[in-house]
Amino acid sequence: MILLEAKNLSAGHGGEQAVLENVSLTIRRGEIVTIVGPNGSGKSTLLRSLIGAIKPTGGRIERKSGLKIGYVPQKLHIDPTLPMTVRRFLDLPLRVSDAAAGAALIKAGAPDLEDRQMTRLSGGQFQRVLLARAILSEPDLLILDEATQGLDQPGSAHFYRQIEEVRDTLGCAVLMVSHELHVVMSASDRVICLNGHICCEGSPAVVSAAPAYRELFGTGTGGALALYRHEHDHDHDHHHDHHHGHDNHHHHHKHHEDAH
Amino acid sequence: MFDDFLVRAALAGVGTALAAGLLGCFVVWRRMAYFGDATAHAAILGVALALGFSVSIFVGVAGIALLMALSIFALTGKGYAVDTVLGVLAHGALATGLVAVSLIPGARINLDAYLFGDVLTVSKTDLAIIWGGALVVTLVLWRHWSALLTSTLNPDLAYAAGLNPRREQLVLTLLLAAVVAVSIKVVGALLITALLVIPAATARGLSRTPERMAVIAAGLGAIAALGGLGVSLYLDTPVGPSIVVVAAAMFGGSTLATAMRR
Repeated sequence: MILLEAKNLSAGHGGEQAVLENVSLTIRRGEIVTIVGPNGSGKSTLLRSLIGAIKPTGGRIERKSGLKIGYVPQKLHIDPTLPMTVRRFLDLPLRVSDAAAGAALIKAGAPDLEDRQMTRLSGGQFQRVLLARAILSEPDLLILDEATQGLDQPGSAHFYRQIEEVRDTLGCAVLMVSHELHVVMSASDRVICLNGHICCEGSPAVVSAAPAYRELFGTGTGGALALYRHEHDHDHDHHHDHHHGHDNHHHHHKHHEDAH
Repeated sequence: MFDDFLVRAALAGVGTALAAGLLGCFVVWRRMAYFGDATAHAAILGVALALGFSVSIFVGVAGIALLMALSIFALTGKGYAVDTVLGVLAHGALATGLVAVSLIPGARINLDAYLFGDVLTVSKTDLAIIWGGALVVTLVLWRHWSALLTSTLNPDLAYAAGLNPRREQLVLTLLLAAVVAVSIKVVGALLITALLVIPAATARGLSRTPERMAVIAAGLGAIAALGGLGVSLYLDTPVGPSIVVVAAAMFGGSTLATAMRR
C-alpha cells in the first residue's frame, strides 16, 4: 500500500537556486528507505517538505488519508529555561498512558528514563527518547533525519537494529537520512541517492554498484571506501584509506549476517 | 468590598500577575523578552492615541500593542535580524508615544502613571477589564497548551504532528498584546516585561515540568503583586516598581538558595 508519494517535487529557500529539483518518490507500507547524499544535497529539505514544514515550490505530495507520521529531527535543542522530564516529553503533543510511555521507551531501547530531565540525557539516550516519542502515536511512517548523529559506530549500528525491530513490530514504513553508508546499506530495503535530484535508487546492492553513486561517493568496493572518505574527507593517505575501507567492508558483511 | 481602593488595587495586581506569570513562561522559553519590550513600549503610543481620541486607555493600548506585535510577527517570518528590528521598533514606538502625549492639547497628563503604573486609581470597570483579560489569556493558554509547547520545543515536531507552529506563534503574539493592555495600569509600559520574565525565571529553578513552572510563576507573580502593594504602603513608594522589586528579590533569594544547596 502506498503511504506517501512525492511527484516532481521542487523546493528551495526564498529566491535562491532550487535545493531540490524534480524529485519523485514513493513510500510503501513496511519498507525501510534510506536517502543518502553529500552535504547540501537537499536531504533534510526533502524530509522537511514531506512532513509539511517546507512548502514545495513545485510538484506535489500525496499522503494516504489519515497518515500518521512519527518524526525524529536531526537536532533537538531544548532551551535550558524549559524544564522537561522524559515522561512529560513523551506526552507531546498528545497525552499517553504511563504503560504506553514505558513500553515505547523499552521498544526504543531506553527503559526507565521517565523521571530524568531531557537536558541531562546522554546523546544516545536522547536519540532513543526521540525515537520512543515518535513511535508512541503508532505511526504509519517513521521519518528520521540523521538520527544517529553524535552516536559512536556500535551505538548507531544498535540504533538501526532498534529501528528494524520497531518496523517489524509496528509494521510501519521507515524513511531516513543518514551519513553512515555502511550501516544504512545493510539495514535498508531501498536506497535513494540524492544530489539535488535523484541520482539513482534501488536495492542497496544496485545503488552501490550504480555509476552515479560511485561518482558521488567514490569507486571503492561496495561503497565502503567511499564511506571512509565520506567520514574522513580530510584524510588523503591512500594506503590507510584502503586498509580501513577493507575493515569496514568486513564489518558490513558481518552485520549483514547478524541481521539474518 | 470593591469600594475600597486597596482591595481593587490588590485584585488588579493579582489578576495581572497571574496572566503575566503564565504567559511569561513562553516568553522565557522562546526568548521573546525583547519582543515583549517592544510590544509594551508601544503601549505609550496607544495611551497618547486613546487620550487624543477620547477612547478607553485599554482600547488604545490593546490596539497599538496588537499592531506592534503583528508587525514583529510578520517581520520575524521574513528572516530579518530580529534584535535590531526590535530595538528600532521598541524605542521608536516609546519615543513617538512620549512626543505624541506631549502634543495632546488641554489637560496636563501624568505620564508617570502610564510608564510605571498607577494601580491605586483602578476603577471597578478597570478591574472587570483586567480580570476579563486575564481570564481570556488563561483559557486560550489552556486550550493551546500542548500545541504551543510542541511548537516551542521544535517547529518541525509540530509540523510532523499536523500542527501549525506559525499559527501558535500568532496566538502567543495576540496574548502578549492582551497582557500588555491588562498590565498598563498596574505596572506601566516600562515594567511589563519584568512581570512577564522575572516570576517565570524564578519558577524555573523550582520546577521539573513546564506545567509546574507555569503554576509557580503565576503564584510568585501574585505574591509579588501583594507584597509590592504592601511595601509601597509601608514605605510610601510607587506601587508598580515596588511589585517588580519584590519579584526581583524573590528571584535573587531563590538563586542564592539554589547556589548554597549545591
